[in-house]
Amino acid sequence: MLAYIVRRLLYALPILIGVNLITFALFFVVNTPDDMARMQLGVKRVTPEAIQKWKVERGYDKPLLWNAEVGGLAKATETIFFEKSARMFVGDFGRAEDGRDIAREIASRMGPSLAIALPTFLLGLFVTISFALTLAFFRATAFDFWGVVLCVAMMSISGLFYIIGGQYLISKVWRLVPISGFGAGLEAWRFLILPVLIGVVSGIGSSTRWYRTIFLEEVGKDYVRTARAKGLPETLVFFRHILRNALIPILTGVVVVIPLLFMGSLLTESFFGIPGLGSYTIDAINAQDFAVVRSMVFIGSVLYIVGLILTDISYTLVDPRIRFE
Amino acid sequence: MMGFEIVILWSDLLIWLLVAAGVALGVLIARNPPLLAAWRRVGANRIGMASATVLLAFVLVGLLDSLHYRVALEGKPGQKVQYAVEVLSVLDALATPLRTRNEKTYSEPFATRLYAKETIDVPGQGSVREYPRLKHGGQHLGEREGEVAADAGFTAFRAVALAFVVWMALAGLAARVAGDGNTDGWRRIWRGDTAFAWNAVLIACGLILLIAVPLFSLSGQYHVFGTDKVGQDVFYQVLKSVRTGLIIGLVTTLVMLPLAVLLGIVAGYFRGWADDVIQYVYTVLNSIPGVLLIAAAVLMMQVVIDTHPQWFSTAAERADLRLLALCFILGITSWTGLCRLLRGETLKLRELEYIQAAQAFGVSNGRIILRHILPNLMHIVIIALVMDFSGLVLAEAVLSYVGIGVDPSMTSFGTMINNARMELGREPVVWWSLAAAFSAMFILVLAANLFADAVRDAFDPRAA
Repeated sequence: MLAYIVRRLLYALPILIGVNLITFALFFVVNTPDDMARMQLGVKRVTPEAIQKWKVERGYDKPLLWNAEVGGLAKATETIFFEKSARMFVGDFGRAEDGRDIAREIASRMGPSLAIALPTFLLGLFVTISFALTLAFFRATAFDFWGVVLCVAMMSISGLFYIIGGQYLISKVWRLVPISGFGAGLEAWRFLILPVLIGVVSGIGSSTRWYRTIFLEEVGKDYVRTARAKGLPETLVFFRHILRNALIPILTGVVVVIPLLFMGSLLTESFFGIPGLGSYTIDAINAQDFAVVRSMVFIGSVLYIVGLILTDISYTLVDPRIRFE
Repeated sequence: MMGFEIVILWSDLLIWLLVAAGVALGVLIARNPPLLAAWRRVGANRIGMASATVLLAFVLVGLLDSLHYRVALEGKPGQKVQYAVEVLSVLDALATPLRTRNEKTYSEPFATRLYAKETIDVPGQGSVREYPRLKHGGQHLGEREGEVAADAGFTAFRAVALAFVVWMALAGLAARVAGDGNTDGWRRIWRGDTAFAWNAVLIACGLILLIAVPLFSLSGQYHVFGTDKVGQDVFYQVLKSVRTGLIIGLVTTLVMLPLAVLLGIVAGYFRGWADDVIQYVYTVLNSIPGVLLIAAAVLMMQVVIDTHPQWFSTAAERADLRLLALCFILGITSWTGLCRLLRGETLKLRELEYIQAAQAFGVSNGRIILRHILPNLMHIVIIALVMDFSGLVLAEAVLSYVGIGVDPSMTSFGTMINNARMELGREPVVWWSLAAAFSAMFILVLAANLFADAVRDAFDPRAA
């Protein structure tokens, strides 16, 4: 098992290098640091000196890949690629435009992101699986039909509508919870309840439909017929046999997103003013803070790859037929 | 006679190219019995055909909005003709009253007065704070301001009568086609005995007419969906947004498709190092979270556009190119899923006997791919195309909100929502912009989703 994990981690390395190269090409080759300086400084203050100063302050004045002016190993290390891109592998993300250390900022913002994303994920999983199981139990009835219609309708509604509508109705008209903000400690739940609720509701449509097809696929299998043949009541067939077996594809399918929960949700966090990584990313995009966006791209891919590895491991844990080979 | 100059934007070109490709595909399908049979199954699906009719109505609006021109300015005879900077479309020309009759600021749907109070000089009373009359909305009523409901009701009633006449004509036409020379076509449609779901199409047509005709006839005198912050008619903005949504949904697939099909087949058919390279590329692209990759690419594109203002002669051209760049970026980031599916299917196909027979006969690889592999992948491609569309339309709204969507000067559902989202905080609430944008988007996406389901049911061999 350990050997397998190590091998998967080694396999992930070239992918991360690829991600790094793509972001490097996007941020430094498509546009030269001069272009970025002009963009950041605005049209009025652009003088060659100002651009040079901007570049020196951020370390963008070095050559891209190969520094011929210095000797030895420094030829490769005193470059933008090494200092800005390669150093991300050791967790050094440099500084944002406001001068703060990006790595520290990320560490402090993960908590609020998780506080929203984790309950949304767990509650959403519970609600959609229960709903899908009910639909599958009453399959080919009017209840099932209208349930599916409801799902299609719900997935046709823009995610923005759920957020804007929910904030308006629950916070502004009914005044049940604060409209946005974030508190520390136990008081935080008052701020969390609405974004979690909205996150769950907006995910119901597509997930329920997907899980329902998985349940229906299981319903047609032989072991279900056997269970019925030995006289088990239908409810027991569903809860003891179908639910358990259908959970295999469902759980292994969602494992990949678990690490990404750390990144938070862009929309929810910015609408509710939660100081997590999602709102950090949006602020960086609006302020055109390239260093932050670059770091988030890198971290996002790392987490995604971790998710892939976890998925492979979870397969072997829930399904004994699969071995590490 | 006013002169005009036809302007062909890049997106216009692509969208008409897509229409041509659709027609060509139709001809190809008509010659291919299995595909034709699948499309016949789609045609028999009532929900599918009803939603296809709704989609067609949206496409029609989008196509009308994709014929652009510039009006010639009045000049002295003999001089070289100058053209206006503003690029208009045929839709703009048809909706001229909607486009030009702007108010000062917000006004409610069917309002005759402005949303905000202003100081007005009333003769004899000095200056008074009150809600001023709108310049255009309900202006024809004059002093009879209280009769809005009666007047609008009467106009709507006339429009419904007109819609009914048009619908009867359509139904008659459908009955002739469905009757196939017999006189009982109408009865067969009514009972649902036709192979093609004529009754669903006619019901959908009826609903569209019932909504569209009154809307258009009322919008001549009122702002049916109200006006926005700068006094522009919201109904006009909704119409303009349709084209943006369609382009995002359709042109993106045009970018994605060649990449996914070509690379998927090459990886699956040739295997070896080509497979390794292609798999590596899509795993890398796939592992960057979509929104972040799009954000990074769009940010870089903005820098390119901002540092090269000399490339664009009009603002419309710049917005248009930015829209296409967005489609391109979305296409680059979303081809991986389809590519993986196609690779897997090709791997399966190449081991089948008929392909091995072809190889044994010495048929060239290119020919095997074109004649034996590609046709057998078509169902996956078609399903992916229709499934992606609705997701892309929804994504546009989110991206525009995040600030990495279309140009802010371009009307789209996303920019409409983005401009209107702070207005729910006002007292009284300004709800109409948001409601109009969300409902139009909902209808478009719902129709696309239902149509996609119908197509998937018809094409997916597993779901028999």
